[in-house]
Amino acid sequence: MKKLMLGNEAVARGLYEAGCSFVSSYPGTPSTEISEAAAKYPEIYAEWAPNEKVAMESAFGASFAGKRSFCGMKHVGMNVAADPLFTIGYTGVNGGMIIGVADDPGMHSSQNEQDSRHYAIAAKIPMIEPSDSKEALEFTKLAYEISEEFDTPVIMKMVTRVAHSQSIVETGDRVVPDAKPYEKNIQKYVMMPGNAIKRHPIVEERTKALTQYAEVTPLNRVEDGKDTSMGIITSSTSYQYVKEVAGDKYPVLKLGLVNPLPVDMIKKFAAAVGKVIVVEELDGIIETHCKNIGVNVQGKELFGYCGEFSQNYIAEKLGIAIEAGPKLDENIPVRPPIMCAGCPHRGIFYTLKKNKVTVLGDIGCYTLGAVAPLNAIEYSICMGASVSGIHGFNKANEGASDNKTVAVIGDSTFIHSGVTGLINIAYNGSNSTVIILDNSITGMTGHQQNPTTGFNLKGDPCSKIDLEALCRSIGINRVRVIDPYDLKECDEVLKEELAAEEPSVIISRRPCALLKYVKHPGAISCDADKCVGCKSCMQIGCPAISIVDKKAVIDNTLCTGCGVCTQLCKVGALGK
Amino acid sequence: MATKNVMIVGVGGQGTLLASKLLGKMLITKGYDVKVSEVHGMSQRGGNVVTYVRYGEHVYSPIIDKGEADIILSFELLEAARWTEYLKKDGVIITNSQQINPMPVITGAMEYPEDLVGKIKAKGINIDAFDALSLAEEAGSSKAVNLVLMGKISKLFDFTEEAWLEAIEQSVPEKFIEMNKKAFHLGRNA
Repeated sequence: MKKLMLGNEAVARGLYEAGCSFVSSYPGTPSTEISEAAAKYPEIYAEWAPNEKVAMESAFGASFAGKRSFCGMKHVGMNVAADPLFTIGYTGVNGGMIIGVADDPGMHSSQNEQDSRHYAIAAKIPMIEPSDSKEALEFTKLAYEISEEFDTPVIMKMVTRVAHSQSIVETGDRVVPDAKPYEKNIQKYVMMPGNAIKRHPIVEERTKALTQYAEVTPLNRVEDGKDTSMGIITSSTSYQYVKEVAGDKYPVLKLGLVNPLPVDMIKKFAAAVGKVIVVEELDGIIETHCKNIGVNVQGKELFGYCGEFSQNYIAEKLGIAIEAGPKLDENIPVRPPIMCAGCPHRGIFYTLKKNKVTVLGDIGCYTLGAVAPLNAIEYSICMGASVSGIHGFNKANEGASDNKTVAVIGDSTFIHSGVTGLINIAYNGSNSTVIILDNSITGMTGHQQNPTTGFNLKGDPCSKIDLEALCRSIGINRVRVIDPYDLKECDEVLKEELAAEEPSVIISRRPCALLKYVKHPGAISCDADKCVGCKSCMQIGCPAISIVDKKAVIDNTLCTGCGVCTQLCKVGALGK
Repeated sequence: MATKNVMIVGVGGQGTLLASKLLGKMLITKGYDVKVSEVHGMSQRGGNVVTYVRYGEHVYSPIIDKGEADIILSFELLEAARWTEYLKKDGVIITNSQQINPMPVITGAMEYPEDLVGKIKAKGINIDAFDALSLAEEAGSSKAVNLVLMGKISKLFDFTEEAWLEAIEQSVPEKFIEMNKKAFHLGRNA
C-alpha cells in the first residue's frame, strides 16, 4: 500500500515490518518520531530511556536475548552512547540490532554540527544512509539482515531533511524472524582483555567482508548519465539535490552503505567519467576515502563543511545560474524562537536577571533564557553540563562566585545526566545552587514523557521520581520547591539559597503551558487609563504583550493569564 | 509535468504542519509523487516556520529554494514579506493579513514594517491578502486560521470541496471537525 510518510515514521514502519520487538531511545530532534511512531505498533515494546547510553545498552540487552532491537538518538546523543557503541562493535549481536542516529546539518535544533559517520568509522560498525522515506523503510529492513549476517550492530543514519520530510512509501506486512535462542558465550560477550584481544581481529575481518559486500549491495548503485565529462558521488539528501539540479545529465554513484565504502565500485565509476565530484554535507568522508584509494575527486574545496545544502547551492557550485524572486528593500525583522506565552521558565529567568546572577544553562526550551530581553543564560554546552560546570566554576573561584551563580536544568535533562553532576557537587562539596526547571515534560523535543512525569512512552502510568527525595539522598540538605509564577517567592528563595553556605537545589515546579491538561485562567487585559507606558511588563519578553501608542496591549489569543506581568505592573493596569 | 511547489510559512504554533499534511494527503490521491518537508524542534517555539509541499511526476529534493515557489501560503503578513525571494516569476502569495509582532518589535528594537502588501505589490508580485483570523473566529476559534487559509488556496487546486472536507475529517480530532469544516468553507469563499 502506498502512503505518505515522514522519514522517521518510515524507519519505524521498517522496524515493524522487519519484526523488531524492542525499542529504547532518548528523544532528540530530529530523531524523536522514530520511537514515537514505533510505540504506536502494539507488537513493538518501546520506551524512553533516561539517556542514550542506557537506551543503547538496553537495546543491546534485547539483541543479546535474541530479539531484533533498535535504539534511536540525535547526533549528540551518540556521544553519550559512545561507550557501549565501541564495545558492542566487538561483541557483535545475537538478534539484529539497529542504532538510529539523526544528524542536523544547518543546526535547526542542535548545539553543533557533528558528522556521525566518524563514529561508524571509529567503532568499525556498518552505517546505512537513506535519502528519502521509501529508502528509510527498505534500508531499515535490510539493516537487520546485514546485522545478523555479519554479526554486527548497524547504524542507520538520518539527517533532518530525510527524518522530517514526508514522501511516498510502499508498506508491507510484518514478518517476525525465528527467535534466536540465547546461548551462553563468554568469549564473545565478556569483553575483558583476554577475550577482546581475540574479538578485534574478527572485527577487522568483518570490515573486509563488509567492504566486499559494499561492492555488490543494492544499497549502492550507479545511475547512468548522458554527459560523462563529469560523474557525481553522493548520498543521503545531497543525492536528491543533485538529481533535482542535474536530472539524468551526469552519471551518479549513489551510496547507501556509507561505512565501509566500496573500493572497486568507486574506481570503476571514476574510470568511466571525466572528473569526479563528491557531494556530501558536513565532513569530507567519502572524499577522503576516494583520495585514500587513489581516486582524484573534488569535494570540500567546492562545497565546504558548514550548514546544509540545497538544490540552488549545488547548482551554484556547478556554475548553473539561479533566478531568485524579488527581494523587498524593507529590513524584515527576524523572528527567532521565543519562550511561549505562559511559559513557567519566564518568571525564574526574570528573577535571575534582576538579581544579576551568572547562569550556567543547559539543553532544552529554557536555553531560550539566553535571548533578549532576558539575556539571562551565559553558558550552554551539552546535556547536564550546567550542573557539572557550576561545580568547576565555583571551585575554581574559591568561594568568590558561589553566592551569585546558579545552574539551571530541566527535569528530563537533569535525569539524563544532570544528576551525576549534582552528586559531584555534594560529594566534592562546592557551594553551588542548582535550579531544576521541572515543567513535568520533555518540552523542546515536543512533549515526551520522562522518569519524572509518571507516564511512559506508551502513555501508561508508571513510577515517578521524587526529585526532592532524590536530591536529599545524594546529600543535598537544602531542597526548596517554588512556583515560578510567584515572583516574590522566586526572589526570596533564590536570595536565601544563594546566601546559604552549603549546596542547594531549588525545584521550580509548574507544568509546561502547552500541556493539554493544564487549565489556564484566561487572558488578562490592560486598563489603558491606568497604564503609564513604563514598560515594566516588557522586561519579561512575553510575546502576548506589546506597546501600542505608548500603552501595553495584551494579545488575548496568546495570553494564558499566568499573571507574571501583573506582578511587575506598579500601577495595577494589568489584570482580569 | 514539472514539479509544482507550495511553501507554507508562518509563526510556530499557528498550525502550518496540519495545513501541509492536509495538502500532501490530497495530492497523493491524484497519483502525484509528493514530498512534504517540515520543521520540528526549536523553531516551533514562536519562531518563523516554513514547510514545503512539492508534487509532480517525480520529486527529488524535499525543499523549495529561491525562485521556485508557485504558491506561498503565508499565515502572517511579515512572513509573506520574508520569503518573496522564494517565489517563481509568475508565482502567487496568498496571505493572512494578521500581524504577529516578532521579539525585536516587541522589545522596541525594530518597527513592524508598514504597508507590506503595497510594498510587495510594488515589486510586481501577485499577492492576495485577507483577514483569515476574523473568519477563523467566525468559525469558532482563532486556532482555525490554518483551515481558513487552506480553504482559500483550495480554489487553486483541482479537487472538489467534498474531497477536501473528507480529508479534513480524517486529519483533525473529532470534536473539532465541524469547526474546521466551517473555517475551510469560509476560507474557500473568501
